[in-house]
Order: sequence, then C-alpha cells, then structure tokens
Amino acid sequence: MTGNDAERLARLIGMLPPAPGGWVRAAQELPTARLGLENLVARAQADAEFRHALLSDLEAALEAEGLEPGPRAVEELRRRLARD
Amino acid sequence: MEASRDHGETPPRRPELNAAASTDSALVARCRLGDDQAWRELVDRFSRYVYAIATKAFRLPEHDAEDVFQEVFARVYERLDSLRDDEAVRPWIAQLTRRLCIDRLRAGSREQPADEDLPELPADDVVAELDEAFDLHDAMAHLPDNCRDILDRFFARDESYRTIGESLGLPAGTIASRISRCLEKLRAALEGRNLPASPSGGQVT
Repeated sequence: MTGNDAERLARLIGMLPPAPGGWVRAAQELPTARLGLENLVARAQADAEFRHALLSDLEAALEAEGLEPGPRAVEELRRRLARD
Repeated sequence: MEASRDHGETPPRRPELNAAASTDSALVARCRLGDDQAWRELVDRFSRYVYAIATKAFRLPEHDAEDVFQEVFARVYERLDSLRDDEAVRPWIAQLTRRLCIDRLRAGSREQPADEDLPELPADDVVAELDEAFDLHDAMAHLPDNCRDILDRFFARDESYRTIGESLGLPAGTIASRISRCLEKLRAALEGRNLPASPSGGQVT
C-alpha cells in the first residue's frame, strides 16, 4: 500500500465520526414518542378535564406517559393540542 | 436531550457498521411495516452520515446540527411512504439534510446584520467525499471485527492507542502495527472486490 492509499483511507474513515449517542437514541425512539403523544392528544380530545390538566403541566404529562419531557417533545405536544 | 458527544461510551458492537448486511431497500420495507427494530437500524445506519453533512459539510454549530439531525429523522419517519425508489434512501436523506442545513443557515443569516450574506455553502465535493466515506464504512463491515473496531476507534472516534489498548485488552505498543495491517486488509478487500480506493473510484460497496 502506498502512503497515499493508507492516508486517504484513514481520512475517509475519519470523516464519519459517530453522532452523539443521545441524538441517536432520541431519533431511534421517535416511533414510541409519536405514539405516546398521539395517546395524550386522543385522551385530551375525549376528556376536557384531562385536557385542562395536561395543558397546565405538559412536562409532567409527558413523564407520566413514559416520555422524555425535553423541549422538542413539549413543543410538539403543545403544537398538536393547539391544532385541535 | 443530550447536547454533547458520549465520548466515554464504548458500546460492544457497532450496529451502524454492521447494518450494511441489510440492504437499504429491505430496511426501508421493514420500516414501512412498522418494524421498530428496522427503524433503529435505519437511524444507526445513517446517523453518522447526517451528522457529518451537518457538521463537516455545512459546519453547523452543535446545537443547530442537533436540530437538523432530529428534524431529518422526523421527516424521514413521516415521509418514508413517499419515497419512490427504496434503494435511493441515502441520496434522499442527503438531500433532505442539505435542505435543512441551508434553511438553518438562512435563518441564522436573517438574524445577522443586513450586510452579512448567507455563509458560503460547501462545495458539492465535500458531500461527495462523505458518500465515499459512507461506502468505505460499509466495506469495513466485511473486515474481521477486531480490524473494524480498531480502525473505527482510531480514525473515526479519535481514541488514543492507550484507550484502544485498554478497551480491547491489547498492548498499546501493538496498536500502531495493527492499524497498519487493518488498513492493508481494507485496501485488499476493496481491490478484491474490484473497487478502486482512489478518488476517481466512486462507489466502493
């Protein structure tokens, strides 16, 4: 192998470092998170009292659903509830 | 959500490198059927690529790159049914990532003083090189586990000889020679498959 060959292969391998683990996990859990959000919204549509409680503390509602109450999830839930 | 790299994490397997065995079209088909494991594999397979386009080609800062990264996979998840050619999932993801990066740069430039234009966009050849890198990582999946691991740890994860040695139970003094031998195996594997390892070579899978 020439020096250039090895150098080039090494450079190409290095061009794809792993993405941060937390980012990857969040993207992988997207289907579960979507399902959880849909459940919350459906319950809010069917139950005004639940909807009121939900709107008063979105983060707690997400946590109770087993979802990570990060800013992205909170915003998504708020957006979906506002759409109703 | 985490905003920093998990530098200390050393998972025993590299699923994103092993996923090459499953063709892209098969992976997409399984995702469409609602197979959560397939979705995890798809994210694994393309996570480095999306991350690299955002941070290396478009040089987005970490917090913008994270937004783009999550938005790319959210859109892929929502729009997978609209993909016409399942084999074209990679260029589709690349295009989606590029568009979102450009949107992010434009949004950033609007917040800047009026005399500051949109930052210079990366040349296409940067993204083309990332495609070559993606193909090379696919080719690495065919190397023995220890070679794949050592090359990935040293060149992609930027781990030191000492860290690699400790993680793999190998004397640190032997790591350099192992890297050299593994690069030779990789080159031979590329040549054995009649796929040139030169800049003009294009696809290596």
